[in-house]
Amino acid sequence: MALELTAEQRAIASGARGEGAAMALRIVAATARLMGAPSLIPIASAHIDGALYHGDSGTLFAEKLVEGGARVAVRATLNVGSLDLTGCSKNRLEPHERGMARRMMDAYRTLGCEPTWTCAPYQAGHRPAYGSDVAWGESNAVVFCNSVFGARTNRYGDFLDIACAIAGYAPYYGFHLAENRRARIVFDVSGLDVEFLASEAAWPILGSLYGREMGDAVGVVAGIEHHPGEDALKAFGAAAASAGAVGLFHVAGVTPEAPDLATALQHQAPEAVIKVTTDMIGDSRRRLSTAAGAESIHAVAIGSPHLSGAEFDRLERLIAGRRLHVPLYACTGRHALAALESSGKRQILERSGVIIVADTCVVVTPILPDIDNAVLMTNSGKFAHYAPGNTGYGVIYGSMAECVESAVTGHPVFGAAE
Amino acid sequence: MSRLQAEILVEGQPALADALVLTAPISFWGGVNPRTGRIADVRHPQHGVSISGKVLCLPGTIGSSSAAAVLLELVSAGLAPAAIILHEPDAILLLGLIVAQEMGHATPMAVKLDRKEFPRLVDQRLAIDGTGMVSVQ
Repeated sequence: MALELTAEQRAIASGARGEGAAMALRIVAATARLMGAPSLIPIASAHIDGALYHGDSGTLFAEKLVEGGARVAVRATLNVGSLDLTGCSKNRLEPHERGMARRMMDAYRTLGCEPTWTCAPYQAGHRPAYGSDVAWGESNAVVFCNSVFGARTNRYGDFLDIACAIAGYAPYYGFHLAENRRARIVFDVSGLDVEFLASEAAWPILGSLYGREMGDAVGVVAGIEHHPGEDALKAFGAAAASAGAVGLFHVAGVTPEAPDLATALQHQAPEAVIKVTTDMIGDSRRRLSTAAGAESIHAVAIGSPHLSGAEFDRLERLIAGRRLHVPLYACTGRHALAALESSGKRQILERSGVIIVADTCVVVTPILPDIDNAVLMTNSGKFAHYAPGNTGYGVIYGSMAECVESAVTGHPVFGAAE
Repeated sequence: MSRLQAEILVEGQPALADALVLTAPISFWGGVNPRTGRIADVRHPQHGVSISGKVLCLPGTIGSSSAAAVLLELVSAGLAPAAIILHEPDAILLLGLIVAQEMGHATPMAVKLDRKEFPRLVDQRLAIDGTGMVSVQ
């Protein structure tokens, strides 16, 4: 099926709104052709993952859009950058990289994007309406937006997210169509221990397993008795989107497109049912650690996705004023930082040895000290997945309580009460 | 010599290079080092192998939405694969080639081939022409 553009879209592609908007529309249209989309649809908002520095080309791309006079046509929040512009933390980028990263962040602001600098925009006031079409980037934000809000987005990669925001349109395919949002696979957790399911650590472990089992398929989690809370769904989605190509999940009785199992399946038979066993959970937990036998740790990192206010409250309760033996990096966005500062909690946490990292995180930019054979402990399935490749640190996975006890002693401590 | 007709996903330069058939899906961001072209994911079975200048056969892509950025950097640094063979179109990755073309770079071609053909490409030298014809040399 050939892509059909409207007269207005053709005019934008020909430069009616300037060369920057024309380039943006060409990129959207090229993607639509690649994916077999018949048309472009208007979008209500965008979340832009493109302002993270991977090399000079990304900066030059954003500046080319600026030079072409482009502006976003819809609300567009920004994902993390490579620099902590709040000054809470320092990073080890070389001067050239630092300069190019800064230019990149500036260019995206010039395009009209909001400087939210967070991978949890959905906890920073950007909450699209149920059923609305949007173009979101950042794998965890995409999966949250689709699954928890029931808004409709594909997994928009770097460049396409900003191109859609400038054009105001996205290719009409994939998760924008109701029939593609049907769960095909049931992920049945009813056989698992109730106490495990009620624990914070359950969600990243389940998410990693889910991501590996599903790949890019849409599934529905069955057997969850109570709404686990937004932070649990955030952790599940982030882990699932790191271990697989998950863009949408349902939780029967919890998420909006799954008031019950049958509705999530759109009243069709599932193609497969995965009965999750305690052995599968044990295996998934083990796979999150690459340095399981280590006797000491060099740092703890939490906050992928960025910590919410509620998670900071838990962190403060767990530390309880104690002095940490190794640094605990707590990654968050400005939305949570503002509240931490006004309540005086930032100072309390920093006195204990917490290093708050805002606007960015320790896995996307070099903040962790460069130490040979270093070990990082984390409660994040996403950090556990990416830290070895991106930071060189081996990882040990534990709950937030285990992470805090380990930071206090400098050795991995397991079994800490939540 | 056997020939396979692949479908062109993104037009680009014809290729003559050794095949690198990945045995597991990969996330380009965090999985491939944009400064070296080597597989950086320690959990990937081909950790440490360079994808530069190879006909990269991908059974699937996973993870981050920054794959295109890594591919754009590889193209502009001259470290890109000679061609990319995918089981199915992947907008997140291939956008890196579409944007590279907008930025004026010559890019490798991306084609689609059923992954059940991948085993016969292992360790072979492949030519891919402008029509998407893949020839095992």
